[in-house]
Amino acid sequence: MVDKIIIEDLSLQYSDGTESLRDVSLTVPEKAVTVLFGPAGGGKSTLLRCLNRLNDLTEVKASSGRILIDGQNILDPDIDVIALRRKVGMVFARPVVLPMSIRENLTYGLELAGEKRRSKLDEAVERSLKLAALWEEVDDRLEDPAIALSGGQQQRLCLARSLALQPEIILLDEPTSGLDPISTGKVEAALVELKKEFTIILVPHSVQQAARTADYAAFFLQGELVEYSEGKTLFTAPKEKRTEDYITGRFG
Amino acid sequence: MRRAFSLNRHLAQRLGFTFITLMAIATVLPIVATVIYILVKGAPAISLEFLTGFPHDGMRAGGILPAIIGTLYLTIGTAIFSVPLGIAAAIYLSEYAADTPLTRTIRIAIINLAGIPSVVYGLFGLGLFVLFLNFGTSILAASLTLSIMTLPVIISTAEESLRAVPQAFRTVSISLGGTRWQTIRRIVLKEALPGILTGVILGLERAAGETAPILFTGAAFFLPRLPGSPFDATMALPYHLFVISTQVPEMPIQIQYGTALVLLVFVLTMNLIATVIRSRARARRQW
Repeated sequence: MVDKIIIEDLSLQYSDGTESLRDVSLTVPEKAVTVLFGPAGGGKSTLLRCLNRLNDLTEVKASSGRILIDGQNILDPDIDVIALRRKVGMVFARPVVLPMSIRENLTYGLELAGEKRRSKLDEAVERSLKLAALWEEVDDRLEDPAIALSGGQQQRLCLARSLALQPEIILLDEPTSGLDPISTGKVEAALVELKKEFTIILVPHSVQQAARTADYAAFFLQGELVEYSEGKTLFTAPKEKRTEDYITGRFG
Repeated sequence: MRRAFSLNRHLAQRLGFTFITLMAIATVLPIVATVIYILVKGAPAISLEFLTGFPHDGMRAGGILPAIIGTLYLTIGTAIFSVPLGIAAAIYLSEYAADTPLTRTIRIAIINLAGIPSVVYGLFGLGLFVLFLNFGTSILAASLTLSIMTLPVIISTAEESLRAVPQAFRTVSISLGGTRWQTIRRIVLKEALPGILTGVILGLERAAGETAPILFTGAAFFLPRLPGSPFDATMALPYHLFVISTQVPEMPIQIQYGTALVLLVFVLTMNLIATVIRSRARARRQW
């Protein structure tokens, strides 16, 4: 098992004092689903947004520690952030399709990267839609506005949009929180396929989803990593009392 | 007792509604009345010769072509200076500037700029463009003066339109490896464009109808020919209207109203274009 991401003593505090991380250390294995779960405000989203440096857009008061992806410290201010974001794709809680056609949503990132060849773009559209299990539903209407899709389809389009850039890591921040059970099932099924190729970090919207999807699971509470182990172990025999209380529904 | 009370309440409600409706009608009435009055009084003056001919007999006869062309030139000149500058300033304020004392000062300055009387802009233009920069009484000096007056309108409407574009689009674009500028150019500006255009047109429309700022900076009482370069003075519809209404004795009233009608149509057409752009964009908007 190769460690794709190594997080060392990561601490972070936002300027408005809302969410924070305290001394989080974690290794994320490649080609598996690692789940970050816990009650709201625990720092899961913050950690995700560190991994593609999206926190650069937010006012951060203080941060320390290192995040190594393939051995490179991505918190180093001198790294190529654009290249990092192409390598680390992200899907947000609310599906945000860009105000353009389905095809344009998928080719947007590639075009920003300078890809102009029609054949390459078409190839990426088909490949990413198939990976996100959306191809069969939209292949005859790629030029339609993306907003015309249903919520579940929009979220899979967002997933496909990240995949079109051929990332190595995919971050999913409660990707199914607004979806019905059938759409949620489709997204989860897509993840099972995707982990053969990609390193996936998922913030699930429920403990049940965490238990269903996790190869590895990390339990966060108020900015602290409480427990981290293989999913099977963590959800059946947690070591920490706080973890057990949370997964058995005693708080949260 | 109870019944009477509820009747009273109904009556009060009815009266209230009637009052508000009347007030709403009252606000529209003067505008409609003005337009109809000018239309009725001015329409008989409109002819091909009036629109395409030069004034003669001390402007008491003939057409108003030089004034129409002049206003067109001034509007275009104003657009050339104020549109790029205004949009650039709006992009800076909305997309790049942090909330610092400097940007707050800029914002306050813009708001105050909008409140300055237009004749003050005229005097400022006279001092800066006509005299100090030695542009003379010219289309250039007048356009620059009108631009300064128009800028606050363009900046504030453009900034508002840019800010209305959902933040989530920016986040998504950045997360897909977009730079800030790529995000602005491909998404934010594209989505804000109808709103920006509306502001631009409304700003230019005001510039087209203003008299005071061009009075000292570029407007001519009478010119026997069309202006040949940006350094020439020009006739313009609003100033021409002022001249023929107050400065020329025995002026046929018809020509005055005809000129007013042409100016009104010019400005209302721009307004209509802005309205069409806005409503079409609203129908097409995907957020």
